[in-house]
Amino acid sequence: MTDTRRTIIRVRDVSRIYRVGTEEIRALDHVDLEVRQNEYVAVMGHSGSGKSTLMNLLGCLDRAYTGLYELDGVAVSSMNDAQLAQVRNERIGFVFQSFEMLNRTNAQKNVELPLIYSRNGWWSRRQRAREALERVGLADRRLHRPNQLSGGQKQRVAVARALVINPSLLLADEPTGNLDSRTSEEILALFDQLHREGQTILLVTHEQDVARHAHRIIRMKDGNIVSDEPNPPQAPVAPVASSDAGKAEVVA
Amino acid sequence: MKDLLHIPLGIGFLLFQSTCLALTEIWANKMRSVLTTLGIVIGVASVTAVIAALTGLKSKVLHDVESFGTNKIYMWVQRPDSGPQRNASWWNLRFVPTQLEGLTDHCPSVAEYTRVGRIGRLTVRHGERTVDNISLRGIDPAWHSIEHRPVVLGRLFSVVDEEQARNVCLIDPDLRDKLMLDRDCIGQTILAGGRRYAVVGIVERRPEMSMIGELMQEEAFDVFVPYATLRRLREPWCEIIATSKSTAVTDEAQAELRFFLRKNRGIKPGDPDTFRLLSIQSEVKKFNDIALVVTLVAGGVVAISLLVGGIGIMNIMLVSVSERTREIGLRKAVGARRSAILTQFLVEAVVLCLFGGLVGVALGQLLTTILANANPVLSEVAVPGWAISVSFGFAVAVGIGFGMFPAIKAANLDPIEALRHE
Ligand SMILES: Nc1ncnc2c1ncn2[C@@H]1O[C@H](COP(=O)(O)OP(=O)(O)O)[C@@H](O)[C@H]1O
Ligand SMILES: [Mg+2]
Repeated sequence: MTDTRRTIIRVRDVSRIYRVGTEEIRALDHVDLEVRQNEYVAVMGHSGSGKSTLMNLLGCLDRAYTGLYELDGVAVSSMNDAQLAQVRNERIGFVFQSFEMLNRTNAQKNVELPLIYSRNGWWSRRQRAREALERVGLADRRLHRPNQLSGGQKQRVAVARALVINPSLLLADEPTGNLDSRTSEEILALFDQLHREGQTILLVTHEQDVARHAHRIIRMKDGNIVSDEPNPPQAPVAPVASSDAGKAEVVA
Repeated sequence: MKDLLHIPLGIGFLLFQSTCLALTEIWANKMRSVLTTLGIVIGVASVTAVIAALTGLKSKVLHDVESFGTNKIYMWVQRPDSGPQRNASWWNLRFVPTQLEGLTDHCPSVAEYTRVGRIGRLTVRHGERTVDNISLRGIDPAWHSIEHRPVVLGRLFSVVDEEQARNVCLIDPDLRDKLMLDRDCIGQTILAGGRRYAVVGIVERRPEMSMIGELMQEEAFDVFVPYATLRRLREPWCEIIATSKSTAVTDEAQAELRFFLRKNRGIKPGDPDTFRLLSIQSEVKKFNDIALVVTLVAGGVVAISLLVGGIGIMNIMLVSVSERTREIGLRKAVGARRSAILTQFLVEAVVLCLFGGLVGVALGQLLTTILANANPVLSEVAVPGWAISVSFGFAVAVGIGFGMFPAIKAANLDPIEALRHE
């Protein structure tokens, strides 16, 4: 069965080495990865296994790696700083563990943040932020400031901020790490809904309960992908392009 | 064409956005912002006040001097500190009329001259009316054009008046009215210091007296008589006022006069002068030199206060950058370019400085008003429009200059590091 969906992420032979003094840490060690449109992928692994490093790289925040990375068919591995900023601005939505709200402004303004760096008029910014907040179910909290919102609500605002640009890729590094289990479930339900609406999602977690929601689970260890399986393993709807098949394509 | 328009539009957009952000940020840290800008406030206030005081004082003094006549040269007797004349009596040193004979022939740069002698504190009487504290001034006819006080009624002193030392006088309209003389008082007589003088004309009223003028004339009214008339009365304290043909040749005129007087007063080469020469122009020059020094010193003080203010701005911007490291990380993560972050922090520094500038200009205006009311000499002191522009210019320059380093620091932050910052 071949998968005809668009390839969002294509990573080939990527390595990321941190140098601390004379010591070299291979945070990513010749990694290959392919993610297609509307996949919902959980990246799991112990602390220090390289999950965040991979996320930063996929999110175009990091440039100091070797290997090839194509996002949405564009080779971002050869881009400069300003071009990467534009890619982040147009194609990538980030959700962070600690929300990262601007505390001085309200939810609406927080959601508008990515749009102010892409020359949107005041009116269109407002409209798009409203729509994004509606999607995460916080239309009535538009004018609340972060300190007037609960942790779960803050994270939903953060999701709205990620969604406001209609990203090709939604990246979430331990998005439920700072939430209790009930609000975690709310956020994960939101992710499920976004996935159903066609969003491509990559989320990092070390909790089985969180990963359960994803349709594909990647496990990492010492900078390597040690397993890459559909979830549940037999689910026919979970589309997985095996990394071998992906390699064959490129070679061909 | 569309692309060409794109760049300025983009910059304008960025600036507008950054200004909004800066205002929000400054408003959120009101207290801190106010304290930070204090240095700038003081700097700018002193710039405006100093400029106002200097330009005001300068224009006042120059205006006074101009009304006084810029091509005038004063000469008076002075005993030297050394040389054969150092113990000479004033009597021996006095200007004798023969010493001045042929002055205008020998001094080609001199237009005209007048001797001025004065006997003070007399009482004038006409009928029942008396006026005290009058000075009797002996003058030559050239005095009227040198001092710009023409005879408006009647006639000048004639050669005969001078030669025969006749008891004729000129008075000004105020004294005429005080003594209740007729409006056309020519031919009437007044008593001054017990002697009778016939009024031959009315001299134009003394102009609104300038700063220097007030220092030099303590009596309210003058009665003018021919120089010879005064001299016959008593050898007076005499000075000479000459005018150069133009301000361009004042220095030459001064040199010629000095040479002429030295020769006629029999001063041997190498001996010091027994008189002083002073041209209004050289005084103006001196004043300008002093004003320049004061300007430089004041400028130094202002520069230091602006420097201190700038360092304050830099300090607070560095604090702001480190406080907002995570925010910067977030902004970069959602697509802010280096230039956007740089602009944001630079504009914030400039807006802070502009606020400081605004308050500073207001404070400077206040200081100037206080100054203007404090002393009548400074009454014309005001902040000129260009001083306000200069002040704001300095404020913006300080903002850009001292905000640049923190802004570059912010712009160069690595987003991953920044987001991990605690
Ligand atoms: N900025 C850094 N400098 C040096 N080493 C780093 C840096 N970031 C991560 N590492 C190292 O890289 C490895 C992977 O880190 P990370 O990707 O954060 O792991 P995870 O997110 O899975 O916990 C770890 O050994 C970590 O110590
Ligand atoms: Mg991590």
